[in-house]
Amino acid sequence: MFVHYLTLGLRSLRRNPALTVLMVMSIGLGVAASMTTWSVFRAVSGNPIPDKSAQLFTPQVDNWGPQQNEKGEPPSALSYTDAMALMRAHQATQQTLLYPVQLSVLPGGNRSLPVAVNGYAVYGDFFPMFEVPFQYGSGWSTADDEGHAAVVVLSGEFNQKLFGGADSVGREVTLGGHDYRVVGVTRHWDPKPRFFALFGSGGFEDPADFYVAFTRALDLQIDTTGNNSCRGKLTATGWDDWLRSNCVWVTPWVELDSAVQVARYRQFLDGYAADQQRAGRFAWAPNVRLRNVMQWLDFNHVVPPESRISLMVSLGFFVICLINTIGLLLAKFMRRAAEIGVRRALGASRREIYKQYLMEAATVGVAGGVLGLLLTAAGISGTGLLFRPEIARLAHLDLSLVGLTLVVAILASVAAAFYPAWRAAQVQPAWQLKSN
Amino acid sequence: MDILPILSTLRRHKITAWLLILEIALTCAIVCNAVFLVSQRLERMNLPSGIAEHELVQVQLANIGNRSDAEARAKTDLAALRQIPGVTQVALVFQMPFTDGGSSNSGIKLDPQQREDTADVTQYMGENLLSTLGTKLVAGRDFRPDEFVNLDTAVAALHTGDLKGLPQVLVVTQALADRLWPGQSALGKQIYLGQGLAFRVVGVVAHLARPNRLSKGVEYSTVWPISMNVSQGASFLIRCAPQERERVLKSALAALKQLDPNRVVLQKRTYDEARHAFFANDRAMTGILVGVCLALLIVTALGIVGLASFWVAQRRRTIGVRRALGATRANILHYFQTENFLLATLGIVLGMVLAYGINLFLMMHYELPRLPVIYFPVGAALLWVIGQIAVFGPALRAAAVPPVVATRSV
Repeated sequence: MFVHYLTLGLRSLRRNPALTVLMVMSIGLGVAASMTTWSVFRAVSGNPIPDKSAQLFTPQVDNWGPQQNEKGEPPSALSYTDAMALMRAHQATQQTLLYPVQLSVLPGGNRSLPVAVNGYAVYGDFFPMFEVPFQYGSGWSTADDEGHAAVVVLSGEFNQKLFGGADSVGREVTLGGHDYRVVGVTRHWDPKPRFFALFGSGGFEDPADFYVAFTRALDLQIDTTGNNSCRGKLTATGWDDWLRSNCVWVTPWVELDSAVQVARYRQFLDGYAADQQRAGRFAWAPNVRLRNVMQWLDFNHVVPPESRISLMVSLGFFVICLINTIGLLLAKFMRRAAEIGVRRALGASRREIYKQYLMEAATVGVAGGVLGLLLTAAGISGTGLLFRPEIARLAHLDLSLVGLTLVVAILASVAAAFYPAWRAAQVQPAWQLKSN
Repeated sequence: MDILPILSTLRRHKITAWLLILEIALTCAIVCNAVFLVSQRLERMNLPSGIAEHELVQVQLANIGNRSDAEARAKTDLAALRQIPGVTQVALVFQMPFTDGGSSNSGIKLDPQQREDTADVTQYMGENLLSTLGTKLVAGRDFRPDEFVNLDTAVAALHTGDLKGLPQVLVVTQALADRLWPGQSALGKQIYLGQGLAFRVVGVVAHLARPNRLSKGVEYSTVWPISMNVSQGASFLIRCAPQERERVLKSALAALKQLDPNRVVLQKRTYDEARHAFFANDRAMTGILVGVCLALLIVTALGIVGLASFWVAQRRRTIGVRRALGATRANILHYFQTENFLLATLGIVLGMVLAYGINLFLMMHYELPRLPVIYFPVGAALLWVIGQIAVFGPALRAAAVPPVVATRSV
């Protein structure tokens, strides 16, 4: 029966091609618009570290005060003073400070021209905390942090460029005119959005090339390439003055494994800010935050409003296409009232009619889905024309999107057919037969 | 035209009529808001920068490690760039209008005792900046060479409180002057920075947009007589004729590389490319919204055609009876046109309420201004026209139904 209804459906689609084309176009366009914008949205709004996003927190401490902070929110990074105080207190399972750095390197030895490479100055805990996968070696130890060791972890890609992909652990590299010992090489690791370093970055840049020890980077006075935001008196002349200033530029992360630990850490932060107030450094009540990964992404508006709005507009468009399809299906089915009357008179039950017309709608859905798929593919290859390249390249047509497109198209057209098919099944055989 | 019979007919096709009304309402709401969003983005993308956009190229370098001879190196670099044929002006600047990345901003006060800042302004720095950017001075003068101090000197002076090391004067934009001293000449006026440091306005430029943070006032820009070098993050800005840009950029890179090969090229582009990149998101948004709006209007129009055709087919016999009873072709045509007009009007009324609601939602979440009232009549007119165009074909077909149809069956 299924196959029979399917062939009936296909035959009926051919009968009034104009209406059919209208419906297929309607579904196809609606699905394609939604899927194209969805593919971009899904790429920018995903959870970059699903299994740990609820255990990783970034503490914020207001060191600017109500006069100078942004609408009551503490700054999005810490000053050096506060960052080091949190590090020394060591109240979390694992913790790191970080800031982005840019260094130059001579990729082909001393005879080649220098190129700039980007990386982060981090603590040893960074690697286990963020589950960085290693190809060779590993991260460095707390002892290395304390010893201000000249150690570096290279990304797999950068290791490929420098050492041809060989195991380079133990070898030396010169970055920014200083030598570092390679202790590890990561596999490809590039969480999107890059939740851990959003201060001065949109979250979608090229992956990092290397990671150096935070303590060593400070010894060498390597500047941050991220934001550096200061308030009030600008009195910093040298490096040490800058470290002591209220300028914020260090991003802290802590790992807290249980709700108890989170509550305790919150208390600790409050206590720390209260201590600063008592010591006269802050002239305001404690104003601290402790956000986890998803809260942090949300707070930083990592999902571009463009992506969200275009998704909403496309969904609205899809709804209109569906309403349109309901109307057109109604027109198509009711035009065949006489045919339905004959079938009912010959003994077909309402159920049978209902099933047949839902099947017919499903064939429209399949055709709409195929058209939608073609348009989605075109749309995704066209995202490069519209979105910024670093965001456009995240959108791609994978198997799950293909499946989703087809399923959405078919489900939507079957849903749209519920009412028209019900109306068709309600046709009174007697009336139809009488009038002919 | 009597609308009562139309209403009573529609009452018998409630669901279909409501579908049409709903479709028109949603289309109306979405198109109104989408067009408004597009207009906002276009306005942003067309903001004037106030500089000679098509005549500028930018080269940004980074040294390896810190170097002590940065000042001398800057002089040699600039001299070499000036030697390139076609180059008219060269400057070492820290920021350009409408670019992402670094920008230097500061709160300024009109009275040193003020608690809150009067405005948040951006700070342009660099020797020869105004003539390289090509901004027009509308009052006062450009800086004299003896007014310039180096960035390091200025920062050191801030620390020691030694006012001699600081620049004494600045240039502001007309927009900022109008904000600070409405209706007065800005020349000779004082502004205060930080802990009551005073600076005097010596010039006013017509336009100069800030690099980013546009929400703080697009043209709240100040220019300072502070010189910078490559180590401090400045880029070379080179001005030449528009058709010479590619060649000049190549020669400039070659010249700089020859002077010191141990530098990293961070950025090499024309200003047009920089501006294009800055507004990429706005362009994306505009493209998507325009595309969706067009598709939406087409789908709605086709939907109206489909439903109207269905109704005409269903009522063939009624139409025949009316024709046989003396209705003219024009009567039938007008019947369907009026019917569509009524449905469209209901849809539009509903759509306007919805459009307003969506606008309120967007205002809350995306800092959008209120939908201007003009959108309502224009949106309504557009949908009425589309409705009438769409229904015209089916209505003509209805009018063509011959009276003899009435006698055929029953």
